[in-house]
Amino acid sequence: MSDREKILGRIREALAVPAPRPGHATTTPADPADLSRRSIRAKAEARCWLPAVGESFNEQIALFRANAADLRADFHLLNSRDELAPRLRQLAQTEGWQRVASHRGEHTQPACNTLNLPVLFTDQSYDPLALEACDVGITGCDALIAQTGSVLVTSRSAGGRAASVLPPHHVVIARREQLLPDLPAAFDLVKRKYQPDYPSFISLITGPSRTGDIERILVLGAHGPKKLTVFCF
Amino acid sequence: MTTPAAQFTDQANRVSRDLRHRRLIQTALGKYEIVRDQRKAAFQDWSAARQAAAETKYDAVNHLDKYLEEFVSKIEARGTKVHWAGNASSAREIITGILRQRNARSVIKSKTMTAEEIHLTEALESAGVKVVESDLGEFIVQLRREPPYHLVFPAMHLTRGEISDLFTRELHSAATDSPEELTMIARRELRKQYLAADAGITGANFAVAETGMIAITENEGNARLTAAMPRLMISLVGIEKILPRLEDLALFLPMLATTGAGQTLTGYNSLYGGPRQPGESDGPEEFHVVLLDNRRTELLADAEQRDALHCIRCGACLNVCPIFRNVGGHTYGTTYSGPIGSVITPHLRGLQDWKHLSSASSLCGACTEACPVKIDLHHHLLQNRRNAAAQKPRRLERLGWKIFGAIVNHPWLYALARLFVRVTEPLHALFAGSRLDFVRGWTQSRDLPPVARQSFKNWWRHRS
Repeated sequence: MSDREKILGRIREALAVPAPRPGHATTTPADPADLSRRSIRAKAEARCWLPAVGESFNEQIALFRANAADLRADFHLLNSRDELAPRLRQLAQTEGWQRVASHRGEHTQPACNTLNLPVLFTDQSYDPLALEACDVGITGCDALIAQTGSVLVTSRSAGGRAASVLPPHHVVIARREQLLPDLPAAFDLVKRKYQPDYPSFISLITGPSRTGDIERILVLGAHGPKKLTVFCF
Repeated sequence: MTTPAAQFTDQANRVSRDLRHRRLIQTALGKYEIVRDQRKAAFQDWSAARQAAAETKYDAVNHLDKYLEEFVSKIEARGTKVHWAGNASSAREIITGILRQRNARSVIKSKTMTAEEIHLTEALESAGVKVVESDLGEFIVQLRREPPYHLVFPAMHLTRGEISDLFTRELHSAATDSPEELTMIARRELRKQYLAADAGITGANFAVAETGMIAITENEGNARLTAAMPRLMISLVGIEKILPRLEDLALFLPMLATTGAGQTLTGYNSLYGGPRQPGESDGPEEFHVVLLDNRRTELLADAEQRDALHCIRCGACLNVCPIFRNVGGHTYGTTYSGPIGSVITPHLRGLQDWKHLSSASSLCGACTEACPVKIDLHHHLLQNRRNAAAQKPRRLERLGWKIFGAIVNHPWLYALARLFVRVTEPLHALFAGSRLDFVRGWTQSRDLPPVARQSFKNWWRHRS
């Protein structure tokens, strides 16, 4: 018998004795139909339990902005797409970027082209050492999440796994219609957009890399980016 | 050889009077409580969320076979190789085998308590593989050659001064008292390792059955780099980490962040569903998932305590536990410390050797209250005490209770006992707390309450 069969066998044997339901230590075990009804209800209700999010775009963008500030991420709401290139050039100048990593996304490629800097595209296989030498990774995203101030990325929307984590600065380019209210909406989007052919990497990025491992004092840029900038137009 | 119980008592005695240690723990956990409560208050209904989380985990654990099979078939469909390990040694063999076959000599590892549980690093090192911990706290305790102090905050017991000294000694860096500079020293050191390592080893916080993905929660980005740079990735996952559906994460991720470290969401919550897919530009060429039982099925078979497998390892029960806060993480001598460790260690490593942990509790219930998935922790401690006593009765204790029962059932015996105590009380005072004292366990740090001058019965009869 394989280890798989042995373990599954032990599990089935163990589960022959039902366990008391949570919060009902003395009552009889739940019947499975009731449990699945409850889990469907739970799915619908999660939104009512999680931190509150306003209905309108303005409320949601304000919440995203406030969360980003708490996380020490920079958030810029632009009036139009035309503002993006000058803002990026300005950032490149202030920070003295020498090399840029990005991918051939709808908005990332034209934005990078205006920078007049060498660009490493991470859509195809690339040299990790070259990526490590980049000053910034400029990527797209799947969504912004107001509730938590997070950026949802996947290996398809952000030029692979590493471009958004290896360089010391991660710049995200997002569109207004990518703003989602909350986490249930984010996972719903992942399913609708990709099912059944999911990318191998999906991540919710919430602020720049951080640690509190030394005396619980917050330090940014533990291993990943020290800075996270989000441009939304 | 000292027993785990003797070692616990010894360490607890030493640590609980260490003022420096107390200060560190109080500062760290005091801050934690403030931010955690702020985050909890931001939820519209924390108690409903908690009940839902408990029921979701109940569903997962009570249909574990079904969900595990679903998880495996989905994640294998994307080219992941899944291995099943019945116990710790089998898991170690599987992992060293994979590394040997690919001729991998160096490993970068992101924080995983499950690997601590099976002593993976020692096994890899004795197989000639170089292992580097990438989580900052884990990196620090690895340099000190000691186990992590806490499930979530591995280096919570160290000051910046001690860490600076450690880095100076081990990494030859300049001394500094800035946490930021210390973090940057580790960052520079570890950067090289991500790029050079042959393999990355991670744990998992959740395994999503519906979509066949593992979820890793972290703040630093070290797990993301571990899963992005090396050509080989191995994830060690306890079988209880299952969640039924992808959308369950919408509840579990913010709850884990809230109770784990008082955050709205941790910095990176990443899902990995396979190795590099066709059309993808990076990520490992091979992805292995090792599913570990290691006596979890024995805990599963104990229906009364099955909910201990709901644990999401947030560490909330440790943080609020008066015992943990006094004796510290290393005193337990276990991989999982604090209340959850005291509950599950007897199941994972033997009831008789670890039953003393069930008594390392004031039964105040703060742990049960803090648990985001409603594990009935303090009652499980009582059940472990009961089970241990039933398995191996304590004859002396039983005799004691029998004598006590006889005394309180016979008024003449009770009167006699009172008289005896009245007479011996002043005598006892002469050697109370000394080595001759047979109740020294109590009297070395406390007074015995004086025996009442008058019995209640007597007082009742003569009340005016």
